[in-house]
Amino acid sequence: MAELTYRQAVAVALAQEMARDERVVLLGEDIGSGGVFKTLTGLTERFGATRVRDTPISEQAIAGAAMGAAMAGLRPVAEIMFSDFYATCWDQVANEIAKTRYMTGGQVSLPVVIRGASGSGGLGFGSQHSQAVENWAMCVPGLKIVSPATPSDMVGLLAAAVRDDDPVLVFEHKALYSMKEEFPVEDGTDHVVPLGHARVVRPGQDVTLVGLGFSVGLCQRAAERIDQEGVHAEVLDLRCLVPLDAQRVLDSVRRTGRAVIVEENPGQLGWAAAIGSIVAEEAFDALTAPPVRVSGANVPLPVATALEAAVNPSVDDIVTAVRRVLDPAPRTLCRPGVLNPSIP
Amino acid sequence: MTVGSAVPAAGPARDAAVDVYGELVFVRRFLEKVHALYRQGHVHGPAHVGIGQEAIAVGVARALRPEDRSIGTYRGHAHALARGAPPDAVLRELLGREGGICAGKGGSMHITSVEYGYFGSYAIVGAHLPIACGLALADQLRSAGRVTVCFFGDGTTNIGAFHEAVNLAAVWGLPVVFVCENNGYMEYTPIGDMTPVPRPAADRAGAYGLRPITVDGNDVRAVRDVTGEAVEAARAGQGPAMIEARTYRMTGHSCADPGKYQPPDEVERWAERDPLLVHRAVLVDAGVPAELVDEIDSDTRTEVDELAADILAAAPITGDNALTDMWSDGGARWRN
Repeated sequence: MAELTYRQAVAVALAQEMARDERVVLLGEDIGSGGVFKTLTGLTERFGATRVRDTPISEQAIAGAAMGAAMAGLRPVAEIMFSDFYATCWDQVANEIAKTRYMTGGQVSLPVVIRGASGSGGLGFGSQHSQAVENWAMCVPGLKIVSPATPSDMVGLLAAAVRDDDPVLVFEHKALYSMKEEFPVEDGTDHVVPLGHARVVRPGQDVTLVGLGFSVGLCQRAAERIDQEGVHAEVLDLRCLVPLDAQRVLDSVRRTGRAVIVEENPGQLGWAAAIGSIVAEEAFDALTAPPVRVSGANVPLPVATALEAAVNPSVDDIVTAVRRVLDPAPRTLCRPGVLNPSIP
Repeated sequence: MTVGSAVPAAGPARDAAVDVYGELVFVRRFLEKVHALYRQGHVHGPAHVGIGQEAIAVGVARALRPEDRSIGTYRGHAHALARGAPPDAVLRELLGREGGICAGKGGSMHITSVEYGYFGSYAIVGAHLPIACGLALADQLRSAGRVTVCFFGDGTTNIGAFHEAVNLAAVWGLPVVFVCENNGYMEYTPIGDMTPVPRPAADRAGAYGLRPITVDGNDVRAVRDVTGEAVEAARAGQGPAMIEARTYRMTGHSCADPGKYQPPDEVERWAERDPLLVHRAVLVDAGVPAELVDEIDSDTRTEVDELAADILAAAPITGDNALTDMWSDGGARWRN
């Protein structure tokens, strides 16, 4: 066992897959020297510049070339350096990559992975380099969406993404890059975590906390805090938004009767709303309180430390939400007389 | 360079020239039929035909090997047919019948025939140029000796994806040949009004270190020969090329557009340079009997009429496959 960081885990996963399958090629800006986040350190030395390809600052060309190469039989892994930059190549991602298998009647296969740094986490990258954009992708059928929360999951989920025959977007939370975990590096076995299986981070029976990527850690810390008050939260790491392990969420909520869903993106249209509606529609009978979302504020990400902290979801926000679902009487949660007839 | 050379009076070269005429006529009749069917309400959704531009699709296809790849735009019927895509399946797609080449999911703007090397018709202007780079990259990395041809219109030269793709192709020396079909109009607006250089593609080529190549897009043999040189250079590892083929769209932008902004004298001038007339003259010069040429014309008309009638008589497709072909497992499930 050795200590592996989330950052190193990216290269571990890609090295594992590149060694296994020569069709795997990487393309992106500044990746030849290991990438600006040093997630690809050592790959050029090991696999050569032909398979670790530096590109111009041309996100449309990067995403489009990845798509074309996939149609012609390669298994490209493209880097979009900051997830905010998806906006510059959204046509390729949302109109071409996501749709072409379907609109050609299944004539092409698109085993494309697009990965890169995402999210805020209080690092001060500002409005155009901090956004969590998993919710953008979730609006578009045809994209699988992965967001690992730990180093070992980064290895396993990224490897599964490379092996998948469909387009997969992998969001690496930049505030997790320094996270460490014991991991059996180079033990001779391939580490693969299949897509679409949520992870039970900790079991509990009083409330279900649902997180993704960075928010999984927030949920864990909130759970530890309320545990001291005698409230035992179950924490789920969704791992993927598509394919979504909805059953795992529903199973948990049916036991706890309460759900708090924690997303980093702005709440005005976040993925947690989709989870919340699934819970409300399919586990309504088991609920003792309405599902509650904890989301980012509906403003661009500011830079100053205090401002950034104020708009991101926090452990405190989650604890507050848990208290609300434990005692749903307060007015903001439900219409009195409908969900809780005892409220005047 | 064989552009403009005479076709010999007999032998395989003459036979090939006659075959090319047959292809041109077939594509023309097919596009005219699509236009007519659209006007009669048989085509669901928009349709864009390239009547007057057929020599580019046919001439380029003649310069390719079966294993080469091509990719094009929403005005892509001719390009699919020229590579060998079955006309029956293409027309079924346009008319929403069983057996459509994209199972009814693509329609007129997304005709694709991977089996015949035509990797799709893309309806977002410029989007497929980066994709063409990727097709070529895969072949370059495998030393496959394959070339990708990427068709696009003059209007595409003003969108960012064009510049990102041409730059990438040049920097990586990709085996891709970009073919601009300059028909004079970016949709409804003359391209000259929106582009600061007279040749929208060729005059940009130099910015990416490419030699500007221009050709008469209504001369099928000239297109074939110029493309052939570029394709073989790319195949030999000499990198990408940019060809601008000047042509004219004899109808509006889409079948719904009467093209009233196209001045009648301009349309008339280009009608005299119709690619079918140009190539017919070549055949007649080579001594091909006019009756044979006329026979090709009338036989093809009958063939396309019968094809359309047969397909129209079939029942429209049902909605049974709306939720297939989404993911690699064949289904559309996104959650459990």
